[in-house]
Amino acid sequence: MNPSDLRYAKTHEWVRADGDECVIGLTRFAVDQLTDVTYIQLPAVGKKVKAGDGLGEIESVKAVSDIYAPVTGKVMAVNTDLSRDPGLVSRDPYGAGWLVRLRVEGAVESGHLMDARAYEAQVSETPH
Amino acid sequence: MDDCQSHAPAPAMQTPLHAWHVANKGRMVDFAGFSMPVQYTSIISEHLAVRKSAGFFDVSHMGRLLIRGEAAMEWLDRIVTCRLSDLAVGQVRYGLVCNEQGGVIDDVLVTRWPDAWGLVVNASNHEAVVAWMMAHPVADTTIEDVTSSTVMLALQGPEWWRVVQSFLPESILALPYYRGAIVAKDGTKWRISRTGYTGEYGVEIVAPAAVGEALANSLLQLGAVACGLGARDTLRLEAGMPLYGHELDEQTNPFQAGLGRSVDLSKEFYGCKALEALRGDVHAPVRVGLILDGRRASRQGDQVLDGTGIQIGRVTSGTFSPTLERPIAMAYIRREMAVTGQSVSLLVRDTHVPGQVTGLPFYKRQAR
Repeated sequence: MNPSDLRYAKTHEWVRADGDECVIGLTRFAVDQLTDVTYIQLPAVGKKVKAGDGLGEIESVKAVSDIYAPVTGKVMAVNTDLSRDPGLVSRDPYGAGWLVRLRVEGAVESGHLMDARAYEAQVSETPH
Repeated sequence: MDDCQSHAPAPAMQTPLHAWHVANKGRMVDFAGFSMPVQYTSIISEHLAVRKSAGFFDVSHMGRLLIRGEAAMEWLDRIVTCRLSDLAVGQVRYGLVCNEQGGVIDDVLVTRWPDAWGLVVNASNHEAVVAWMMAHPVADTTIEDVTSSTVMLALQGPEWWRVVQSFLPESILALPYYRGAIVAKDGTKWRISRTGYTGEYGVEIVAPAAVGEALANSLLQLGAVACGLGARDTLRLEAGMPLYGHELDEQTNPFQAGLGRSVDLSKEFYGCKALEALRGDVHAPVRVGLILDGRRASRQGDQVLDGTGIQIGRVTSGTFSPTLERPIAMAYIRREMAVTGQSVSLLVRDTHVPGQVTGLPFYKRQAR
């Protein structure tokens, strides 16, 4: 169910490499856990983020959760459609519900990222 | 992203409907020592089902006590803040249990059933209320705790009567709001009252634990939507109803909570002396509603600030309102700022969010 061409962080973000840039979103598992997404806070374009830093937050009726940057880079674009329609992230998490586009600084340190199979193994161990 | 759910150790208590919740894909969380469904599908869809048609909640975690004996009324009248002596048989009244300082131990519903006095208490305060009563005993009275031998289902929403008309007598449909009646079913007593915690009309049904699953299945088949505690919280918040542990606690008195009409100072009860003095206290912060700009919700503990950045209060509950499609909150703020339309600022996760003071409730059901 998770696209095999993406890399995954244990904090439920996905990364799609695109030359020296990458697109970041949230996994189907993450948005299904949240349901009822009401608000998504994303960083300003131009902001530099380090892998593991807070990238933004996603809010549901019940709670607020942090979104973490899976790689280090500079924010080149954010998905402005999400401010009008935060439910987009639930309906199409791997497509129209993408979060941000980063320009990767230096080499992508992706050793901490998982492929789809490893991510699914992690998710299946999560009690829910 | 953070793990969205807390994986607390298995809680000690389950309602008789626990297996039913799991079978119906309830997302189980720990609440007041019980494993309870926070939602089955989505909080917003369950919330809107109650506003537009009908939904039902397992509220069997709430404490259910039956008090009997010559002096039962006299005893309860000293325990709760509202007057009981003028209740008709079958009438229900909301009241508070206060300590000698006037702080709230619990908020409760008292029913004058034909065969006993009924008390419904919050799950989190069940032990405290019983302990308080036992510490102030009256001769020739008994407390029967029927919490674990019964289920309590709250069916709420404008279509509630359509759901129950096939299995409850017409007399129940005709009951006015805040009235109850006992229905005999297969040699058992079902206690049914026209009460709820959502701002909609409906009934709360207390039936033997053994029929709980069958009753829940019937409600589902008759078109009611199974709803979890998540929707229960957003519904009661829109309806401006306080929740113990948020708007009420032992450091808060009923007057500042805006519940003065549930306090009858013309009778004797525990805490009445303190409350008499507190009634005119102009320094205590008071409970208000707040509507926030934008879509970001404020949560319990957030600071409320005035235009100059000085703290004037604190949020006790907050959520995104599915009906208003705006963030709403309840807060205790300085009395002089508790004016409808007053602009305030809320400190939500290090960001200042503008908001306005508003009257409660946020939502009122349509007259019909």
